[in-house]
Amino acid sequence: MIRERLIELVLFLAALVSVFTTVGIVYILVRESVLFFEHVPITKFLTDTQWTPLFDDAHFGIMVLLSGTLTSSAVALAIAIPLGTIIAIYLSEFAPFRLREIAKPFLELLGGVPTIVYGYFALLFVTPLLQKIYPDLPGFNLLSAGIVMGIMIIPYVSSISEDAMRAVPMSLREGSYAMGATRFQTAVKVVVPAAFSGIASAYILGISRAVGETMILAVAAGMQPNLTFNPLEPAATITAYIVQVALGDLPHGSVGYQTIFAAGLTLMVFTLLCNIAGHVLRKTFREAY
Amino acid sequence: MLALMIGVLTFVALFVDMAMDGVGRLSWDFFTSFPSRRPGQAGILSAWVGSTLVMLTTAFFAVPLGVAAGVYLEEYAPKNWVTDLIEINITNLAGVPSIVYGLLALGLFVYQFGLGQSILSAGLTLALLILPVVIVATREAIRSIPQVIREGSYALGATQWQTVRYHILPYSSAGILTGIIIGMARAIGETAPIITIGALTFIAFLPPAPVQAEPPFISFEWLMSPFSVMPIQMFNWTSRPEAAFHANAAAAGFVLVLMTLAMNGLAIWLRYRLRRNIKW
Repeated sequence: MIRERLIELVLFLAALVSVFTTVGIVYILVRESVLFFEHVPITKFLTDTQWTPLFDDAHFGIMVLLSGTLTSSAVALAIAIPLGTIIAIYLSEFAPFRLREIAKPFLELLGGVPTIVYGYFALLFVTPLLQKIYPDLPGFNLLSAGIVMGIMIIPYVSSISEDAMRAVPMSLREGSYAMGATRFQTAVKVVVPAAFSGIASAYILGISRAVGETMILAVAAGMQPNLTFNPLEPAATITAYIVQVALGDLPHGSVGYQTIFAAGLTLMVFTLLCNIAGHVLRKTFREAY
Repeated sequence: MLALMIGVLTFVALFVDMAMDGVGRLSWDFFTSFPSRRPGQAGILSAWVGSTLVMLTTAFFAVPLGVAAGVYLEEYAPKNWVTDLIEINITNLAGVPSIVYGLLALGLFVYQFGLGQSILSAGLTLALLILPVVIVATREAIRSIPQVIREGSYALGATQWQTVRYHILPYSSAGILTGIIIGMARAIGETAPIITIGALTFIAFLPPAPVQAEPPFISFEWLMSPFSVMPIQMFNWTSRPEAAFHANAAAAGFVLVLMTLAMNGLAIWLRYRLRRNIKW
């Protein structure tokens, strides 16, 4: 009997590891950020338009990094959301059974490709291709990184949206056909709205993937901080900045070392907001059958 | 249909392009050479040895912890706020960007625990990263076991642990294995968290061998050794300006993609077999 209790306790402790991980993340990020904000007032952090933490004349304006993150994410989503949704509609409503059985695992495989490989594509395949169209495009730019990031996110968006659409009961489709609607009208006007809460959460997942993506941007978008919303320019993102600092040799405990934790905290807050927004969206648009 | 084709074709085009650039560099020497300043002689020896050792460490921590947590949540956990908290936590952790795990590891493992920029730190980091994957897969595998199996076991006088040990775990092992493989495939390609804890991009020696000629024969010194891994080697080569290094990056990427595709393919195939074979 004691042995049984003991085993349960051990298993419970294993489950608690996940809670400790979260606590650890928040603790580390907040602890180092607090030290950082003793040097740099938070108003400066949020409003300054320059990001030069390693210069003598140091400025810490997170806006600069955030603009890179937002621009590249916008490009990625402009690709992933339409394509991902169309693929999901096709697979769920139109595709023959056999094709779906092949396509779904294939999409899953795409989701498993390491992001550094996508980074390689962005820098050495997509950028030269785009340079043929716009000869002025710099070697590092947010556009090609964003495009490749969009391709990377497609499987996530389409796979979750497809699950949501397949969960829509058949009777709704049959009702729509009975009213004389075509297959396309049924898919777009009945199935998509009915599955909207699931599709929305797929989009939210796509957004947090794009915001947290690191290697593609570090490789293809350059590491130069640049306050811009123009995807044709090079710019560093929050994640690329963290990589840049980690590659260098900053002494433990310096302000430069603390900036990456402040940047990480910003990233964490941003993805948390996304998750909360997704939760609210799901609650608001939930359709019950 | 067109959209699906666009997605698939883009990927095939990208992959073929990389294979064409990289295949010329693939040779026996490429796997048995250290990185070098001369691209023609550079190889991935220290990278693949590092990747293998980090993966071993990751599996050593992630598998027991993940399976134990999954078993607890499915078989033992009472319905109360602690369980809810753990479940919400796991869902949230799955959405945390991987670089944030790197920051956690940098602050906690490297400096707080003083583990340094070692294989052990990297293994622990990746273990935490893939823990949600292993837990979710374990739970799904266990959930698909019908209740009658458990009742049958209890009826024969088995305790809860005996039921788990002799019935639940064996029957769910294939499903759990699928989750572990998918998690490991993700870990092997992760670059950002390992760069963050400070893995070296240029390393021309191997960690101390785990098996030694003199007693006590087994050494754990390699756990504390500096290291490099495949994706970092590729990152290093990709960011160099010389085109000759890009061919090396393509070759390393080709090997990396083949490894992850093989692992994911194995997992998908296992799941497919599983679905067909099990009839309760």
